[in-house]
Amino acid sequence: MVDLIKRAKELIESAAVKVVIGYEQGTGNKTRAIFVEKAEDADKLIFDSRCIQNLAAYITKKEVKEKGKMAVAATLPVMRSIIQLASEFQVNDDNLLVLGITPESKLIEFANLVEVETFVHQYQIEIDERNKEMLAKLEKMTSAERWKFWIDELSPCFKCYACRAACPMCYCHRCTVDFNQPQWIPVPSHELGNLEWHLMRAIHLTGRCIDCDACYNACPLSIPINLLTKKMLMDAKEHFGGYQPALKGDHLMSTFKADDKENFIQ
Amino acid sequence: MMDNLYMPYLMRIEKITYEAPGVKTFMLKFVNEADQDKFSYKAGQFGEYSVYGVGESTFCIASPPTRKGYIEFTFRQTGKVTNALSGCEEGGIIGFRGPYGNIFPVDEWKGKNLLFIAGGIALPPMRCVIWNALDLRENFKDVTIIYGARTVKDLVYKDELKDWELRKDVKLVTTVDPGGESPDWQGEIGFVPTIVEKIAPSSKDTIAIVCGPPVMIKYTFPVLAKLGFADENIFTTLENRMKCGFGKCGRCNVGKVYVCKDGPVFTLAQLKELPDEY
Amino acid sequence: MNIDKRLIRKNSLEKLFDILKQNSKTIYAPFSKNGKTTFRNAESFAGISTGYIQTTESSKDIAFPRTEKILDYSKNKEGMSVKGIDLKDIPEVILWGVRPCDAIGIGELSSIFNWDYKDEIYNNRLSKVTVFGFSCNKADEYCFCTSVGGNPGNTAGSDILFTRLGEDGDYLAEILTEKGQSIVNQASALFEKSDSTEKEKYLAEVPVRFNHEEITTKLDKFFESEEWIEQSLRCLGCGACAYVCPTCACFDIQDEAHGKKGSRLRCWDSCGFSHFTIHTSGHNPREVQSSRWRQRIMHKFSYMPERLSVYGCTGCGRCSRACPVDMNILEHLISIQEVTI
Repeated sequence: MVDLIKRAKELIESAAVKVVIGYEQGTGNKTRAIFVEKAEDADKLIFDSRCIQNLAAYITKKEVKEKGKMAVAATLPVMRSIIQLASEFQVNDDNLLVLGITPESKLIEFANLVEVETFVHQYQIEIDERNKEMLAKLEKMTSAERWKFWIDELSPCFKCYACRAACPMCYCHRCTVDFNQPQWIPVPSHELGNLEWHLMRAIHLTGRCIDCDACYNACPLSIPINLLTKKMLMDAKEHFGGYQPALKGDHLMSTFKADDKENFIQ
Repeated sequence: MMDNLYMPYLMRIEKITYEAPGVKTFMLKFVNEADQDKFSYKAGQFGEYSVYGVGESTFCIASPPTRKGYIEFTFRQTGKVTNALSGCEEGGIIGFRGPYGNIFPVDEWKGKNLLFIAGGIALPPMRCVIWNALDLRENFKDVTIIYGARTVKDLVYKDELKDWELRKDVKLVTTVDPGGESPDWQGEIGFVPTIVEKIAPSSKDTIAIVCGPPVMIKYTFPVLAKLGFADENIFTTLENRMKCGFGKCGRCNVGKVYVCKDGPVFTLAQLKELPDEY
Repeated sequence: MNIDKRLIRKNSLEKLFDILKQNSKTIYAPFSKNGKTTFRNAESFAGISTGYIQTTESSKDIAFPRTEKILDYSKNKEGMSVKGIDLKDIPEVILWGVRPCDAIGIGELSSIFNWDYKDEIYNNRLSKVTVFGFSCNKADEYCFCTSVGGNPGNTAGSDILFTRLGEDGDYLAEILTEKGQSIVNQASALFEKSDSTEKEKYLAEVPVRFNHEEITTKLDKFFESEEWIEQSLRCLGCGACAYVCPTCACFDIQDEAHGKKGSRLRCWDSCGFSHFTIHTSGHNPREVQSSRWRQRIMHKFSYMPERLSVYGCTGCGRCSRACPVDMNILEHLISIQEVTI
């Protein structure tokens, strides 16, 4: 993507940013993240339909942040993550510059995060058809069938936490699973423990997840854990009218409104 | 039953001594006499002590191998397991796996002067080797102990400090950090490295054993170097996060050296070869 | 030494499976689900994957389970009662479809579990496993067994090594151990005598990409290199590489209590996790990802060769395939070889 390379070079050469985070060619047909700190390395930047890794996972990473101001090549999901992270005070205009890539693969530069937010709000978060079908299938199951489905799917999970590592919203320096007083979530991989981990993560993501599928793409065993987060997205839409990442305003799960339905208490 | 590496001995807590705020010593006896008969260890070694249902934690064996029939360990209430240990009572049962690790080469020190320098909660690993030496007192020439803590309250093994003070064949110097003294404090006032410099023990034919918090160690080694101590004659112990204690869980290594197998006792010469990973 | 070589007709493989099942054998074989191939308990031959280059997870689970009970305890009026594992409960298993790089990994993993202190539970589990290795007819860009002393038709670690002679061909079976022989005895009609059947021309081509001895020597002086920081920038510190690796053995020990009873479990852990080495005081000797990445490489290519006389890597390439951010270990090793100190 010529525009991106040119712009990255300008930003590095003028010292406007210290590192440009983008995609480069990986092994075989994969793409992967690249951290451009020297102008000549910008030639390695690429962009195409394979570039789906959510780069926002890196803008909260200590070793990247401490390089100085970052620029990141951001597709729509990445932009959504950035706005959500900004609303949680993890990034701001001082340490981040967003090099937007539109759904039509055009480079669009934003002067600040407010402009990113305006762009992001033009689009709704829509769950794709295939997963919508799967969720509908799950909805029709009895509790016992659904329980069996999830125990079967989650038992192979070996708790590598790739899902957590790849998710931009999981930036807690000390995750819930890292606490041992009390040990909220068991450490070893077993049926119930795995279920607890994934349910807990889905709950912690409610109102924050922007449906980028980074968790599913990262899973070495291709376990469809994104069904859990998509279900939370659907529930949020049904019960609270949905949500968009926004720089200012109330967060879904930490806001109480007098007219919130309480029909889940049965 | 076949040897299950991970199976602890059952130990009964015979006596609990309150040492300092948050610090306790447990005296343990084997529940099964057969285990007691088979058990032996040397100064410097450690064990994995467990509260069943909570977990295991690593502590040195703080009692000398010259005293049979029991072992002791001292811990400070810090995390999950030590909190659970703190809640145990005399008569309770805990687990113990060990002994693991290498040893202080006490046999090689015959005929030498011994200089023990310890700070705060690091006296426990030293206590084992101090008593080991004192129980074989005729093997060594001069024995000097320099021990300090932040405040008077933080000094551990207060009864034994009295014993050592009264002994004519031991020179004991205790100190507290400036500001840590009580109105009736008779000992020195100053950080341990400063007091070592002041006492200026001779390095000739002397082995120095140093245990303490990282900051104390950092400033004590140069003092000993100035006094003429060779790196091979300075011994210390390292700590690292451990789980198995026998070199398999992959957690405690500093470079290619495993603290649980090649340590915890190291000479300063060996320490200087280690990468900066501890 | 002359290896007993037999021929298995291509349709006899299923017959062999059925005979073993009739003899009440538990067989773990590779099955595909969601595009990933892993070892599962095989009730029938149908569905066993054959076209895979490598399974997603290694088969180390069979002797080193991801979660394993060490002991059970219960508190009662008299005190504490603690019970260990009954080795008789550990079943015999046939591991069907293991690649040579995994088979050789068994020896490397075993050296950790027998380093001075012998883990008898692990040894007992392993003694009950019969390994059916399957040579590689294909390889991909992630494979590098030949760079670490292996090869796609390596017999090390297998009890019987099967090599397919051509794409739709019969199988050469090399009977390597007594365990292998006892399998042959159960189905001798299927193991036909074979004239010298060469397997080399049917094996995958895996070019040597680096000199592992050179790398081990170089790593001795490589601890402070800036290369670790550069290589690990995109690493997110998950445990995928450690968990799929056939020779990674890092573990945790956790107690799980249910009222007055409970158990102690040993479970997989990874040196890549940020809290792996953290002290209760908060001090962490490996605070940054580069030091954790360095530990992974140094442990496999420097510490293990020096302390245990075995390599910590079989070149199976799983870590690189499983990594969500394409940390390609082959690429990184070549890069280390090329850096001038």
